[in-house]
Amino acid sequence: MNFSVDKENKTVNVKREFNASLSNVWSAWTDAAILDLWWAPAPFKSKTKFMEFREGGKRLYAMVSPEGEERWAVFEYTSISPKTNFKHSSTFCDAEGVPNSDLGSSYWDINFSENGDSTIVDIAIKRGSLEELEKIIEMGFKEGFTSALQGLEKILKAKK
Amino acid sequence: MRLFLFSKLINKKYCFFIAQPKSCVYLQLISCANIKKMKRDIFQAIADPTRRAILVLISSTALTPNAIAEQFQTTRQAVSKHIKILNECDLLEEKKLGREIYYQLKIDKMKEIDHWLEQFKKIWEQRFDQLDQVLMNLKSKENEI
Repeated sequence: MNFSVDKENKTVNVKREFNASLSNVWSAWTDAAILDLWWAPAPFKSKTKFMEFREGGKRLYAMVSPEGEERWAVFEYTSISPKTNFKHSSTFCDAEGVPNSDLGSSYWDINFSENGDSTIVDIAIKRGSLEELEKIIEMGFKEGFTSALQGLEKILKAKK
Repeated sequence: MRLFLFSKLINKKYCFFIAQPKSCVYLQLISCANIKKMKRDIFQAIADPTRRAILVLISSTALTPNAIAEQFQTTRQAVSKHIKILNECDLLEEKKLGREIYYQLKIDKMKEIDHWLEQFKKIWEQRFDQLDQVLMNLKSKENEI
């Protein structure tokens, strides 16, 4: 996986190759039922309330912690070129999709391309400001850290 | 007025303290001010273009506030405000030579940024490992058909 942060342009770039066909990778990113299987880092679960994958359509979903705590976000699809690219905004919100304006939005640009039998996904996530980027990273950190601790807990329990 | 000044000073993360009964406001603010000094984080340092430029300037040589200010079009006051923030982020090494104070960048502190980003990167790695699994399942389902 390629991961880089362009602080000047307030953009995070993530690139990864998957050993799967373009149509399967595209489905995994654009079909709510499949998306929910992998979007949240375990032990968090992704729960999509609704998803309308069309230009101007929205996806409202939550990351659910093992304790049942929900963190909602809404995507709004701004452009879709089937099996090539889609773009959307992403905004933290409440369970009804009312945005949390404090955190601003991020703007995602996701490219798909074939490379022999595998598929390359190239993502650029742009934030409105570096401060916002910081907040998101901090929240991501919290999630990742909690999940790592819970993983450890599981291992320790299993060892007993 | 005092309250206003304080709340401006305090890192906004700790502003929730202010929503307390009046009697404890003052004490809370004092502790906030202390927290602020420790907790102003590095991302505030790099959030501003002038501060990024200062960091670049002092990464190779120690400079006095005057020498730093000379490099910018803005006022000396503006520059010293930036220096103050950088100092609160614990990014500056202070050296006194005679009457002059020289500032240099603490390179190690800049590494904290990479540490945060590392965590963010891990989330993506985990997410993609999960996606690998999902894609493998999709493939084997196709083969069954």
